[in-house]
Amino acid sequence: MPKDKKHNPLPGFGLTLGFTLFYLSVIVLIPIAALCIKVFGLSWHDFWELATNRRAMAAYKLSLGASFIAALANAVFGSLLAWVLVRYRFPGRRLIDGMIDFPFALPTAVAGLTLANLLSKNGWLGKYLVPHGIEGVSTPLGVVIALTFVGMPFAVRTLQPVLENFDKGVEEAAASLGASRMRTFIQIIIPTLLPATITGFALAFARALGEYGSIVFISGNLPFQTEIAPSLIVMRLENYDYTGAMALAVVLMIFSFVLLAVINILENWASRFAKP
Amino acid sequence: MNLPRKLRERFGKSDRGTQEPAWVKWLLISISMLFAVVFLFLPLINVFAQAFSKGLGAYWHALSDPDTRSAIRLTLIVAAVSVPLNVVFGIAASWLIAKFEFRGKSLLLTFIDLPFSVSPVVSGLMLVLLFGMNGLLGPWLQAHDIKIVFAVPGLVLATIFVTFPFVARELIPIMQAIGSEQEQAALTLGATGWQTFIHVTLPSVKWGLVYGVILCNARAMGEFGAVSVVSGHITGQTDTLPLRIDKLYHEFDPAAPFAVATLLAALALVTLGVKTFLEWKAEREEKQGQQATVHPGAVDPFSNYRR
Repeated sequence: MPKDKKHNPLPGFGLTLGFTLFYLSVIVLIPIAALCIKVFGLSWHDFWELATNRRAMAAYKLSLGASFIAALANAVFGSLLAWVLVRYRFPGRRLIDGMIDFPFALPTAVAGLTLANLLSKNGWLGKYLVPHGIEGVSTPLGVVIALTFVGMPFAVRTLQPVLENFDKGVEEAAASLGASRMRTFIQIIIPTLLPATITGFALAFARALGEYGSIVFISGNLPFQTEIAPSLIVMRLENYDYTGAMALAVVLMIFSFVLLAVINILENWASRFAKP
Repeated sequence: MNLPRKLRERFGKSDRGTQEPAWVKWLLISISMLFAVVFLFLPLINVFAQAFSKGLGAYWHALSDPDTRSAIRLTLIVAAVSVPLNVVFGIAASWLIAKFEFRGKSLLLTFIDLPFSVSPVVSGLMLVLLFGMNGLLGPWLQAHDIKIVFAVPGLVLATIFVTFPFVARELIPIMQAIGSEQEQAALTLGATGWQTFIHVTLPSVKWGLVYGVILCNARAMGEFGAVSVVSGHITGQTDTLPLRIDKLYHEFDPAAPFAVATLLAALALVTLGVKTFLEWKAEREEKQGQQATVHPGAVDPFSNYRR
């Protein structure tokens, strides 16, 4: 209900409300409800068994562990990239700035395909890495690399606007009070950027948890070794094990909702920092 | 500046305190460039290098394969259905949210974001549980001989699900920023609701709309996880381009999947080009003091309109 219909003569409230709710229900809510109804049809014992058997636990472990490491790598390199792109002027800066969104625009299947090829023993990178024992294909390392690729834009793009709005006067004040650049960096700059960095980390982490397309090509999907949770869902579906797939899906959704809540809290915290 | 000469010599030109030493600066630039080259440019160049590794003839041969042709057609069909539907939804939702106050608005916004936080594989699974043989509607659909999962309608539904928020989350902040005085003026002058929408609202959000559409389209054509679950992988019938790449990857010709991948990589580059152009345009307009016409930030799926 519009609160002050008298002062809001714009038409279309009923039409847009009706269509929005209808479309939202058909596309999003009913499918989610279908998953819930099906899962509630399981007994608690069966659900627990399917959701926590050894293979599933190994898959969660890899999914969470690889996503965590990838998000950490993104937080470090993403912050570095954001800093360099905002603070320095050098040839090629605009090109690289534009390319930061490339992993976001590139279909994940293509990303997986080309990364797997690059890291294979005849690939441009694998040629040098594999003889040194650094195997990217069918190893957890490959999973981490693919997840780092897909998560990178999140880390950079979260930090960039914060850096752009960062008041240089604070740095100048610190310097004029005699702080060395190192000290200014550690005591002034890092604490200011930390909330955005953590948000970027959480976003990359959330994205990595659900990722599937870029992983299947590179991981080889070896059970207990390189099988991530979404791959195990697909595997169970291919064997017509719908209940098994459902149980995993619910666990995965709980992970992402918890992360979503954490991200919301972080963003509130970060925006408090942005506007003192 | 009128600093005493000695002081100026000591402090005047120096930004020691606010600037890293040159070697630190160039070290940081070098590390991040190396990272960018390895993680951004190498994968892109590699797609094209592998695709053409057997020559132009082989490339063309891979693309003219009838199954690949049908995958191209199917990808175009799926995008042509799902993107316009999400555009209509995006416009309706943003009009509703930007122009009216009502209870439950923030809940609605959360629901609109929901598809971003669901793994694509899980969203495909949901459709299987709803429309599949053992799904909730399975028996009814079978009785009426309607096929959704393992057929084109399933691919469309899965694609709509994963691209659901793109247009809406782009338009909502723009419409909220513009406000509704213009529309109210038009209505006072006697325009009908539709006239107002087409001649007043649409022109003011058109670049934001384009921005949302290209992101939505890029994801729609490139989606893998969700369509992979509902497709059934029937060669020549339910394989979209990304699924075709997956299938070719497991076949004998190592260059063929890359040939198909060049199409999607080119799509990504075009998307990036249009995106960069629109952002540049928005930045320029903002400098001229106009209302921003694009709201960049759709990359970050949670922070658009909460701030």
